[in-house]
Amino acid sequence: MRGRGEICLADEFILETEGLTKEFAGFFAVRDVALKVRRGSIHALIGPNGAGKTTCFNLLTKFLKPSAGKILYKGQDITAMAPADVARLGLVRSFQISAVFPHLTALENVRVALQRQHGSSFDFWRSKSVLNQFNDRARELLNDVGLSEFADTPAVEMAYGRKRALEIATTLALDPEMMLLDEPMAGMGHEDIDKIAALIKRISAKYTILMVEHNLSVVANLSDIITVLTRGQVLAQGHYSELTKDERVKEAYLGAGHG
Amino acid sequence: MTVATDDTLPATPRALRDEMIVFVVMAVLLAAVPFTKIYPFFVMQALCFALLACAFNLLIGYGGLLSFGHAMFLGTAGYVSGHALKVWGLPPELGILAGTAAAAGLAVITGLIAIRRQGIYFAMITLALSQLLYFIYLQAPFTHGEDGIQGIPQGYLFGIFNLANPTILYYTVLAGFLFGFLVIFRAINSPFGEVLKAIRENEQRAISLGYKTDQYKLIAYILSGTLAGLAGALKVFVAQNASLTDVEVAMSGLIVLMTLVGGLGTVFGPVFGAFVIVAMQQYLSGLGQWVTVIQGSVFVICVLVFRRGVVGEFAHFFRRSL
Repeated sequence: MRGRGEICLADEFILETEGLTKEFAGFFAVRDVALKVRRGSIHALIGPNGAGKTTCFNLLTKFLKPSAGKILYKGQDITAMAPADVARLGLVRSFQISAVFPHLTALENVRVALQRQHGSSFDFWRSKSVLNQFNDRARELLNDVGLSEFADTPAVEMAYGRKRALEIATTLALDPEMMLLDEPMAGMGHEDIDKIAALIKRISAKYTILMVEHNLSVVANLSDIITVLTRGQVLAQGHYSELTKDERVKEAYLGAGHG
Repeated sequence: MTVATDDTLPATPRALRDEMIVFVVMAVLLAAVPFTKIYPFFVMQALCFALLACAFNLLIGYGGLLSFGHAMFLGTAGYVSGHALKVWGLPPELGILAGTAAAAGLAVITGLIAIRRQGIYFAMITLALSQLLYFIYLQAPFTHGEDGIQGIPQGYLFGIFNLANPTILYYTVLAGFLFGFLVIFRAINSPFGEVLKAIRENEQRAISLGYKTDQYKLIAYILSGTLAGLAGALKVFVAQNASLTDVEVAMSGLIVLMTLVGGLGTVFGPVFGAFVIVAMQQYLSGLGQWVTVIQGSVFVICVLVFRRGVVGEFAHFFRRSL
């Protein structure tokens, strides 16, 4: 069961790290981070510029190799796995710069993700009309994120906020258990932020979400729990209401003028 | 809202229909060549290069991988076919098969090395491997070094069709070209092709969706190398020799040139580009070294004015896929 706030001791935490460290030639971008992400929660990773959020994120999704430490996903050690294999386990990431396939239509974008699970992806001798079987599901997913009328629009021609929504639809197509969102609101206008926030809130009913965000106000309403990183280390962790009272957080984060 | 899936998908079926129409027109025009006054050997040569450029285009235009050593497949298939026909005395169909298989084997080996790197590094590895092979062929006894394999017999295809007859040879080469072209066309429009395009567009994202992109790139590379080999094997029957010019780095450059002139990532662009370049070599040969200068100028003009290539610009202007 993945109901929010439900405590099941055996698999309470879907993702855990132990002593996660990434060193770049003597500089510790991430140092000894122990993170526990509760199943079914929206967990935010925040911190000022250069705090190591994105590095941490890339370690979790295996796009970077950790210098030390362990990553456990559903109790399984994934520290040495390839990124594509991690994705196949249901731990799927997004990117800071919206990651769509620009010259494919929205429908094709989603279909590429749907196609992966059905094993015909190496068939270069078959017509791609076999992919039409995924069209209905792809349209459903586009509809879920409010993009039904853009199904046949190439992604490159879509507005920024819609590209992000398309990216989420593509991620959802994999039917992941956990989504890692890298600054889902980066570069968006207010109107789009509200829409994407509502979308994340809605999909969180089914998925565990870990997101990196730069902006505290964005995560305030959205997250169940927030981990604050500074200089590669965990500074504090808790609910938004607790963190705003924390002097260290104020000093390191809010005090720095990012509030 | 539920809509009928097929006719509301504008991009794909319309593009496919357009491309099928152009394909039929192309096939009919090419089939009519022996009834015209056009020199058949020019068209046959152009067809071999067209297939070569299409194979190259499959890799860069749809997989985003720039190979700077595609001549190695052309040359290897040429030497192996030539040797099989002349020394082993194999019939033409087996000679073609031997050359193509040799290119496929070469593609597997070089592909496993090259696809580990991207962008300029991939291009440089393919260049280095093709140069390596060039020096091997320069020294190896069976290639006859600078002389090449000369006077390769054309033989009887399936024991019936005399390939020394220009018309029969023409239709054989045309059949080989159309077969290779259709294989590429199908590969582009297959489930595999969709993933390949996704990798070209955004490899990181494709990985994050769980695709092991190296495997797709390797298959595309092997397909491309094999079909480039088919072009090389067919070319042996047209030129009746196999020489170092087909393995040279200049040949690899020429393939890039043909594809760019016609249009990278378009279905018919490489065919057009190959015909333009081969025609220039054929009909401007009286100008001697100036052909190279003219080719260079055409290349510069294409890059500056027709950045999508001639066919690419045409398709873009009419918002069609060609």
